[in-house]
Amino acid sequence: METIVFYVFSAFMILSALMVITVHNPVRAAFFLVLTFFSSAAVWLLLEAEFLAIILIIVYVGAVMVLFLFVVMMLDVNLAELKKGFVKNLPLAVIVALAMFAMIFMVVGGEQFGVQNFAVPERHAADYSNVSALGQLLYTEYVYSFEIAAVILLVGIVAAISLTLRRRPNTRHQKVEDQVAVKGADRLRVVKVESQPRKHTIDNAEVKK
Amino acid sequence: MLTLTHFLVLGAILFSISLAGVFINRKNVIILLMCVELMLLAVNTNFIAFSHFLGDTAGQVFVFFILTVAAAEAAIGLAILVVLFRNKRTINVEELDTLKG
Repeated sequence: METIVFYVFSAFMILSALMVITVHNPVRAAFFLVLTFFSSAAVWLLLEAEFLAIILIIVYVGAVMVLFLFVVMMLDVNLAELKKGFVKNLPLAVIVALAMFAMIFMVVGGEQFGVQNFAVPERHAADYSNVSALGQLLYTEYVYSFEIAAVILLVGIVAAISLTLRRRPNTRHQKVEDQVAVKGADRLRVVKVESQPRKHTIDNAEVKK
Repeated sequence: MLTLTHFLVLGAILFSISLAGVFINRKNVIILLMCVELMLLAVNTNFIAFSHFLGDTAGQVFVFFILTVAAAEAAIGLAILVVLFRNKRTINVEELDTLKG
């Protein structure tokens, strides 16, 4: 049963990864990447990494891929221009990928990582909590790394905002600090005006004469 | 029965596919970033497989940190991409030759 689930989701994963690199439209590529992440989350569930599988879907599919989609839709890209070298580079890509796979397969494909050396571990009981096991490790042994990760995320926020922030000189916007600092004298000026007779009354008096 | 080799070979296939993607889509920076995400996914799959078969949760902690760094990397990379497109009206890698590299 597990083997069937593994092969089905692996097939989904590999096919959608192939679609990611071959489709012409970046929006479709992003959606196929979402499918890859989903099936990979299923494979991670088989490996009893429940928390990371959920995180992969929530953070990756929910945040990072939506960010990708936003950016793809914001940029007005000339697709035909970008696809010119596609066929020319295809043989080289296939050769490099096959060579890479052959090299990795020589290391991992043999019996070094088979059942004799790495026995299939027992399944955890139903009340085993992956989240608490991970949390206990994360908040004790790796707590400094955890804080550094938080700082990295903060730097990411600051960098992304400050990079894309754009000051336009012509827009009209409120300056709140000026509004708060305003004094009565800035808004109202009392002017002393000398009294003088109305002009038209004088004119009437002259007409009557 | 699923052995460690199954998962490692799956990671190797995924990594090779994303490497091919880098070569095929040399001009489109968006797809290049997606291929980098795929590579990280392959590496994470390896980490989790070893964590499961060695019975050591530390592998999952590493995946946690890789996910964090990858999220920050994607955010900053896409921000750079937006600024690049705003200034040069293109994301074609071959036209980005201001540094004469």
